Amino acid sequence: MKEEIIIAGFGGQGVLSMGKILAYSGLMQGQEVSWLPSYGPEQRGGTANVTVILSDERISSPVLNSYDTAIVLNQPSLDRFESKVKPGGTLIFDGHGFKKLPTRTDINIYRIDATDYAHANNESKTMNMIILGGLLKVRPIVLVENVLKGLKKSLPERHHHLIPTNEKAIQTGMKLIQKVN
Amino acid sequence: MNDSKKQDIKEVKLMKGNEAIAHAAIRCGCDGYFGYPITPQSEIMETLMELEPWNTTGMVVLQAESETSSINMVYGGAGCGKKTMTSSSSPGVSLMQEGMSYIACAELPCVVVNVMRGGPGLGTIQPSQADYFQSVKGGGHGDYKLITLAPASVQEMADYTVKAFELAFKYLTPVLLLADGIIGQMMEKVVLPPFQPRMTEAEIREKYPWATLGKPANRKPNVITSLALEAEEMEATNLRLQRKYREIEKNEVLFEEFSCEDAEYLIVAFGITARICQKTVEMARSQGIKAGLLRPITLFPFPTEQISRYADKTKGMLSVELSAGQMVEDVRLAVNGRVQVEFYGRMGGIVPSPDEVLKALKDKVVK
Repeated sequence: MKEEIIIAGFGGQGVLSMGKILAYSGLMQGQEVSWLPSYGPEQRGGTANVTVILSDERISSPVLNSYDTAIVLNQPSLDRFESKVKPGGTLIFDGHGFKKLPTRTDINIYRIDATDYAHANNESKTMNMIILGGLLKVRPIVLVENVLKGLKKSLPERHHHLIPTNEKAIQTGMKLIQKVN
Repeated sequence: MNDSKKQDIKEVKLMKGNEAIAHAAIRCGCDGYFGYPITPQSEIMETLMELEPWNTTGMVVLQAESETSSINMVYGGAGCGKKTMTSSSSPGVSLMQEGMSYIACAELPCVVVNVMRGGPGLGTIQPSQADYFQSVKGGGHGDYKLITLAPASVQEMADYTVKAFELAFKYLTPVLLLADGIIGQMMEKVVLPPFQPRMTEAEIREKYPWATLGKPANRKPNVITSLALEAEEMEATNLRLQRKYREIEKNEVLFEEFSCEDAEYLIVAFGITARICQKTVEMARSQGIKAGLLRPITLFPFPTEQISRYADKTKGMLSVELSAGQMVEDVRLAVNGRVQVEFYGRMGGIVPSPDEVLKALKDKVVK
């Protein structure tokens, strides 16, 4: 198994940490993982993105130009990465604030209104976990159980009481995600 | 590289390359780190500060007022036989060149980490490999060399930090760990090296009698200097250094090969670019192009002979670098005109994808 993922959005949407949680989940199920952030000027206001690879084999290049799955959380990210999804691959977008929707017909497109849901329910801090839940519903690349184990390994102990909240957010995302095409 | 399947999951950590260097330095008994922050390597000092090794191993971690003072603090610590290191990124490492020349001439051990970013000038903060010339051709003045290790993974950032100290003390010379912004910033799995205690002062006196730790009454003063007013004396120093560099060339070459046995086309790349090119080789092979990859791990000493061996077996070579073409000169020297060596590179912080390299391989080499 090998999954090459790009997650992109505005700085502050939790893009890098969503990638980190995925990487830790892969680690927990004994996979090879790489997590490559955009650390350039994007991170200092503007768009941020992270490439995550989970693989059963040794990972050669952490730098990619096409992806099995793209998760895009804003318009500039959709514009940039829609064309980079491999044919037959998956594109997930958050419906908030998009003027131009994805148009490709050779990939699986899903919409998840996580931003709107999180704002309406005062859960904006777990917005990225809602999206992660949506991803795992349509691409079950890691077990939820391993996500929780990964959270336990990566979070300092004083934050462990938040793990159930995150689990709930994952479940919410699994319900929210909808196929578009 | 290790077979991760056999690793105990508790031992496996996920961290950035920069963080791995900091952990490895503490674990291998480093006595002192002196540095000044600069992207994309600031996590090295940040991690050291967070881990507070002065409370555990007694290691000193100090933010100096500049890169110039960092390297000279390293010089001072190294003169006392201590395991000292500094780290920076390209523009900061330029500021350290004078100190590195002095340390090389004074024949002292130390480790310098350069997590390269795009230049020239203040440049950009994205990854680059354009400090190859500076690293292996003598960035400072005079005839000196730095043993230069080029890690390509987070695991190697940890492993080669330990190895860099071993080599520095084996040959009494500065060792450069030459990484780039990607390896510094990316997270991968890593198994950290085992803890080694720092050496006590008595152990240092015993093992390194040249160390300037204070003069007992029964011996002459130890003098550490890079200055010799008599030309004959300076030439003798130079001859001694050159003998040492030949010794290093004989003993310490490290390289890695992928799919080279039957390769008709050879890619040569180091650091992160080697990882990208490994995928290019996989893609080329799937299209029936017999490509291979030779990755120099030590840039000085350079794997000249190993590359030379492929000159008569291959139809063409491609040096791929994040620069305008620097290592390509050493690849050309290695094959000495027996096979065509082409170059492909991006500059200023742009990193090519594996398919971009494949296109260059097809356009320039596989004709």
